[in-house]
Parts: sequence; C-alpha cells; structure tokens
Amino acid sequence: MSKFKKQRKGMPAINTASLPDIVFMLLFFFMVTTVMRETDLKIKKPQLPKADQVKKLEKKSLVSYIYVGKSKDGTPGDKLQLNDRISSVKDIKSFIFSERAKHSENEIPRLTTSIKADVEANVGTITDIKIELRDINALKINYSTIKGSALDNMK
Amino acid sequence: MSRRETPEINAGSMADIAFLLLIFFLVTTTMDVDTGISRKLPEKQDPNIKPPILKEKNVFEVNVNRRNEILVEGDTYMQIADLREATIKFIDNGGGVDENGEECTWCGGKKDPASSDHPKKAIISLQSDRGTSYGTYIAVQNELVGAYTDLRNKLSEKLYGISYTQLLKDAKNSSNQSLKDKIANIKKKYPQIISEAEPTK
Repeated sequence: MSKFKKQRKGMPAINTASLPDIVFMLLFFFMVTTVMRETDLKIKKPQLPKADQVKKLEKKSLVSYIYVGKSKDGTPGDKLQLNDRISSVKDIKSFIFSERAKHSENEIPRLTTSIKADVEANVGTITDIKIELRDINALKINYSTIKGSALDNMK
Repeated sequence: MSRRETPEINAGSMADIAFLLLIFFLVTTTMDVDTGISRKLPEKQDPNIKPPILKEKNVFEVNVNRRNEILVEGDTYMQIADLREATIKFIDNGGGVDENGEECTWCGGKKDPASSDHPKKAIISLQSDRGTSYGTYIAVQNELVGAYTDLRNKLSEKLYGISYTQLLKDAKNSSNQSLKDKIANIKKKYPQIISEAEPTK
C-alpha cells in the first residue's frame, strides 16, 4: 500500500502560469512594430539601390508609393505599379489626386511620394514620373533605398 | 473541517491563444523602416523666364551616360568612388566672394580662382541619360549629397564641437531653439544646390 502511494505522488506539474505573460510580451512587441502590407506587388519585387545619405520617412500615412520594376512574366521594359495594379505614367496624376483626397487640406503640402524603383530601372522612367509629379505640384519625393554603400549599385 | 483551497485556474490554454496571435503577427510583420534620399522637385517654371546667368566656373557639371560612366566638368572620366572628393573640393574652394561681397571664411579649399567662388554660389549640375541605370543615378546623387553632409559635418565640428548629423538627430527629439539656429546657420553656410537637367535621349 505504501509503495502504491509513493508512485502516485510523481512529479509536481510545472507551473506554466507565467508562460502567457512571456508570450504576451512578445505578442505586444510584434503588434506594435507590425506594419500591415497594404498592397500586393504585381511586378517583380524591386531590388532597391543602396545609399548612405538616407533619411527616414516620417509619417507613413502621408506617403504614397510608386513601384517601378520588371514585370513578372519577363516582358522587357520598366513597369509601374500604383496601388495594386500595373499602370502607365499617365495614371500618376489621378493616383496622386486620389491620395490627396484622403487627407485634409493642410496635410497636402506634406504628402511625400516614395519611389521604390529597381536598381536596373532606367532613369528615363523615373524622369517621366518626376515630370508628372511636378505638373501637379507633388514636389516632395523620396527615392527609396536601403542602407549600404552606394558603390555596390554599380556592379 | 478541512480548509478548502480555491482551485487554481488552469491557464495552460492561455499560452496557446497568445501563441496563435503571436505567430500571426510574426508572419505579417515587416520590420524594415522606409528610408531613402529625400528630394524636392523644382516648381514648374514659366517658360518665358530667362535662366539666370552663371559663371561657368561656379557650375560643377556631372554627366552620366547610358553606359553608366561618369564625366565631370566635361573632360574628366571619374569613378564613383572619387566623385565625393572632387565635389567637396569644388564646393569648398572659396576662391572669390558671394553676392554680398563677402569671402568664405569657413572654407578649407585651395582658393583656386578657376574653381567656384563661394559655397553659396557653387552649383552642382547633374545630367543623366534616359538609359542610365537607376542604381548609378542613385549612387551619384548619394555622393553629391554626401559631399554636402561631409562639409557640413566638418564645419559643425569646428563651430560647435558636434557633427551636423548629430545635431539633426538631437533636434528631432527636442524643440530646442538654439539647436535649430545652429542647423540653420550651417545650412546657410553650405546650401545644398543640386540642379538636375533633363536627361539626354
């Protein structure tokens, strides 16, 4: 009888009450830092150029993105993506206007256009974009880059 | 009567729920902050306005052709690694006076009369080809902006014992007026004048 009792005692269960606390801590960290991806890329993901004279983009809500890169099916030439569809340079104006409509009047001068272009894109395409943007007075632009040595872009 | 203990609430499944959420956020998170080179486009110009007349020695011409080769001042082929040094030399030359007739007392250049007069007058002109690769274009822009940053850093170290980049960082976190004045002063001494010409076809 005494033997039987001893066996039943066994190991005490490990207290896992603090496990949720740890997990919640991690959870909150990721919840705070997370940025939901707003658009699906229809073009090949642009490989951003590197630069070291970079500035952080201040307010994400004030930024509209223009993606420039190659198409997924391998047709030559640079493709443009605004929001979630492939567009042409002519659509930029209406794109910016629709972005402006989302913001209040006094925020409009602070709106920034971020150009996320592939290292191998042509400057011509970028220039066309810039001319369109200048036409409608969207003057603040940002060439999206990743931190690194600019010399690597030349390879 | 034996004391009844309150039974412990089983919190075992709480972890499962939290894990589920955690994994969701882990998967959807993108940690990268958006960084980039900020530029301001020039405003649309009235085509009737005549461009101001500039002395050729005050213009630092950088051309990039469709084979991503860099030509500086119309006669020197240059590697991208040397561009910053050459730009600094040009801006910091201080060979003459600015529009108010004042000399550049903070310049560390050679005061070569054949190069730029004053940092306030020195203009960088960048022209690229439509076929230039974007990577090269960004690299060149980066080096030009870098030249200004280097000069501003140097001046800031001399005047305030702290680099310009640090000043900017400090100013972001505080609304200290003297910091802003310092930044404005340095910006005034080395204004960033980069002009972009329409690309060649």
